[in-house]
Amino acid sequence: MQALLDNRDLVLKALWLIIELTAVSGAIALVLGTLLAGMRVCPVPVLRAFGTGYVNVFRNTPLTLIIFFCYFGLYANLGVTLSNDLDRNNFWLGVIGLSVYTAAFVCEALRSGIQTIPLGQAEAARAIGLTFVQNLRLVVLPQATRAVIAPLGSLLIALTKNATIAGTIGVAETASLMKDLINDNGDQTIAIFFGFAIGFLVLTLPMGYFFGWLARRVAVLR
Amino acid sequence: MSSPSVLYDAPGPRARARNNLLSVLGIALLAGLGWLIYAKFNASGQWNAEKWKPFLKSSTWTTYLLEGLKNTLKAAGIAMVLALLFGVTFALGRLSDHRWVRVPAGFVVEFFRGIPLLLLIFFLFYGAPYVVPFDVPALWALVFALTLYNGSVLAEAFRAGVLALPKGQTEAGYAIGLRKGQLMRLILVPQAARSMLPVIVSQLVVLLKDTALGYIIAYPELLAQTNVINANYSNLLQSAIVVGAIFIAINLLLGQLASLLERRFAPGRSSRLQAEMGAATPLGVQGTAVAPEG
Repeated sequence: MQALLDNRDLVLKALWLIIELTAVSGAIALVLGTLLAGMRVCPVPVLRAFGTGYVNVFRNTPLTLIIFFCYFGLYANLGVTLSNDLDRNNFWLGVIGLSVYTAAFVCEALRSGIQTIPLGQAEAARAIGLTFVQNLRLVVLPQATRAVIAPLGSLLIALTKNATIAGTIGVAETASLMKDLINDNGDQTIAIFFGFAIGFLVLTLPMGYFFGWLARRVAVLR
Repeated sequence: MSSPSVLYDAPGPRARARNNLLSVLGIALLAGLGWLIYAKFNASGQWNAEKWKPFLKSSTWTTYLLEGLKNTLKAAGIAMVLALLFGVTFALGRLSDHRWVRVPAGFVVEFFRGIPLLLLIFFLFYGAPYVVPFDVPALWALVFALTLYNGSVLAEAFRAGVLALPKGQTEAGYAIGLRKGQLMRLILVPQAARSMLPVIVSQLVVLLKDTALGYIIAYPELLAQTNVINANYSNLLQSAIVVGAIFIAINLLLGQLASLLERRFAPGRSSRLQAEMGAATPLGVQGTAVAPEG
């Protein structure tokens, strides 16, 4: 316990970094994922193929590899620099990795949401003369989003946990801090582990309840 | 959705022209992106043949890549079996009639589902040696962490599957005199496993991908081989691309296997019933939208 209390500034800062990574990547992934879902159902074959290819590549690559690639590939080898501050640079490289990975899952969640909508909805939209984009924007996506609030919530929770992987490229988040604290205070291993675990449960459990409640609240009654 | 055309009308001359224009623009945009990547690679000499040639040599594959793949599959294989066992056990635990089984099982599942896998791996690898009198090898730290995390997610999938079964199944089982254990084993769990098959397989894909975390605790799995190959040929980017392609290929194969199993075992009853009763067909496959976690 003592080790956690002595380093509470560092611990809180690490948890805050996780929240920051989650919020920024989550927002980017939601926008990117919606765009990709639109591409995957659109009338233009090239865009459809791109959407499918994107999802296949990023959903099937380990996040660790994507983040590894962001750091060693984009930054170290190709010289992509996002900020002059080294810490911020690593942070943004982590955000890129987390967002492009999560976007593939958001896209698939939305697409499965589109599949739960009764056929008549899209047909009616076409019958009153809505174009594809209008159909998607005004009729299909709003209903699809409401149908997949719970899976999107699970994705956000998964993203919160996945944010720890950004620690492998030098973002001072919780997992790497826990490792350092354990190495310095071997006698308090269990307390340190549970301390960090509770830190995450405090973040993830309320999120789970919130999205469960929200999903029921906005569910489309059929 | 059976065909995407539900969302838009069959294109007339104007729509066709617009779609063609969008196709051309799309291709141009993608080509631009491709060129940007090409130019970036070119500027730092990443197209140098020396950096790609090692992957044409058989020794690169036998010494590094296949060796890494073997270790990845080993860790994933053990963890998959253990996670499925863990999942069924704790799903049954949470569905138990006894409070003293139900509540602890619920705690365990919610705990391991709610914390990051990396935290668990670090605890087992760096922390456990301070608690138990022996070192935990990297393989087992990885396997146990993967089991606890994915097993907990699978437990929830099994439980959701059992709870989603029609009540009549349980009632009929009790009516013919089955005990709770028999009911679970013979009637509920097989049906739940079948209906949750897509979720179970996606979770196993997640598990396979997560073995890549082993690289962080120096378990010599596939991703870790990029560093070894890089040390020999200084081609980190190239080896990361090759390793990524291998991961994608394996996971796509697993996905194919999943859809094969799904077609073979899909409980098609409800949809047939619906067709007979003339119920409105939804835009596509019925069912709840469930996403894997990870």
